[in-house]
Amino acid sequence: MAGSDKKFVRIDKKLVIKDAQKVIADPYRRLFMKKSMSLGALAMLSGCDFTDGNSVDTVLKAISRFNDKVQAWLFDPKRLAPEYTETQITRPFPFNAYYSEAEVRPAPQGYKLKLSGMIANKRDVTLAELHAMPQTEQITRHICVEGWSAVGRWGGVKFSDFLSRVGADLTAKYVGFRCFDDYYTSIDMPTALHPQTLLTLTFDGKTLPPKYGYPMKLRMPTKLGYKNPKYIAEIFVANDYPGGYWEDQGYEWFAGS
Amino acid sequence: MVLRSKKTKPKAEAPAVPAWLRVTHWLNVAAVTVMVLSGWRIYDASPIFPFHFPAGITLGGWLAGALQWHFAAMWLLFVNGLVYLILNTATGRMKMKYFPLSLKELWRDIKQTLRLSLHHDDLSRYNMIQKLSYLFAIAALVMMVLSGLVLWKSVQFPLLRALFGGYDTARVIHFICMCFIVAFTFVHVVMALLVPRTLKGMVIGRF
Ligand code: HEM
Repeated sequence: MAGSDKKFVRIDKKLVIKDAQKVIADPYRRLFMKKSMSLGALAMLSGCDFTDGNSVDTVLKAISRFNDKVQAWLFDPKRLAPEYTETQITRPFPFNAYYSEAEVRPAPQGYKLKLSGMIANKRDVTLAELHAMPQTEQITRHICVEGWSAVGRWGGVKFSDFLSRVGADLTAKYVGFRCFDDYYTSIDMPTALHPQTLLTLTFDGKTLPPKYGYPMKLRMPTKLGYKNPKYIAEIFVANDYPGGYWEDQGYEWFAGS
Repeated sequence: MVLRSKKTKPKAEAPAVPAWLRVTHWLNVAAVTVMVLSGWRIYDASPIFPFHFPAGITLGGWLAGALQWHFAAMWLLFVNGLVYLILNTATGRMKMKYFPLSLKELWRDIKQTLRLSLHHDDLSRYNMIQKLSYLFAIAALVMMVLSGLVLWKSVQFPLLRALFGGYDTARVIHFICMCFIVAFTFVHVVMALLVPRTLKGMVIGRF
């Protein structure tokens, strides 16, 4: 996601309409204009931003939540995303975050993965422990909410193995992620347990480079890019909706693909 | 419905354009407008051709807003389109109004158009150009929805994804269908304005 696309035009709709009302004195014309103005107001909405909590925004958000449910229903926990061959990998694989590549932060000294919430064994996890677990690889398509897509090769630990190993409550609703670049997001448990959901430690056969999320990234070919957190500092399991960096700004939460 | 009841009811009572057609037509106009304008905004987030749509003519304000509009209006487009197709087929109106198609008549109508003398005198019938362009618009909308499904949930619709040549190709097809629909609408509105009685019919049901 490029966070740069937020230069929106704001028109104060109430002011514009108030101005227009001063002009229309005749009651019949006013009645007519009142009706056509609601159309005009609709037309003016184009190019405007909807985060100011008006009723249109409320309706759209409600439909977005409904769409989350439809997607959860459409999601088939056994259906696999297509896998690709080595030659189909997109090179160079695009960098993407809510900041530029120059601002990538290095992993903190003595990094360990924190665990919290509905997890039996909350002891911090080291990278060495993760490397010692069974590893798998996938070459899958990363689809961005912006519309572009790119094929990459990721390797690491099956997330369902990891969750079982640490004693996560697999009946909980959500798995949440806090990252040391201040990004955060959360996913549904069925997707967390999907066979292609991978806690990745490598990219293209090498240790995950900083720009792709060192020390670890959660890779889900069944979800849009912004659901795949990089630089994970903490993983938690919860029943209360944890939200997410983009989700809290209006992007849909389920974001399946 | 309306067509079948013709025999039992006096002719004047049955509107030339049934109410369900008028309702679904105008709901479709609303849905298509929102889909196209918000779609342009979504396209702008990552253009596939070397141009973008001016932000001022798009809907949604930013990508997230445009997506919310797009994924809300898609339900109206889909459900309304389904209602139209079902009623049109079930009432036999589709068969009566559109078929049989005839190349000969098409050729005649094209010649008349080129001589600027295309007739649409009997408003209860469509000429061959109308028949084909409406069928074309319906087909474009169906393709729009199907390619849209591939973009929306490409993993969950493997067969559709394969039919549309994968995610990236589906994006291009989705865009081309949009162009067809916009071009159709442009010509269609000009034609409606040239024969305003058809517009009256589409609004109040009588020409
Ligand atoms: C403001 C824009 C529009 C106006 C003024 C308009 C007007 C009309 C009118 C007057 C007719 C009846 C034609 C006749 O009786 O000869 C008609 C039919 C039709 N319009 Fe539109 N239209 C508009 C937008 C659209 C759009 C956006 C679409 C689809 C993309 C569309 C698809 C159709 C179809 C498929 C029919 C034939 C319906 C049937 O008989 O089954 N129209 N329109």
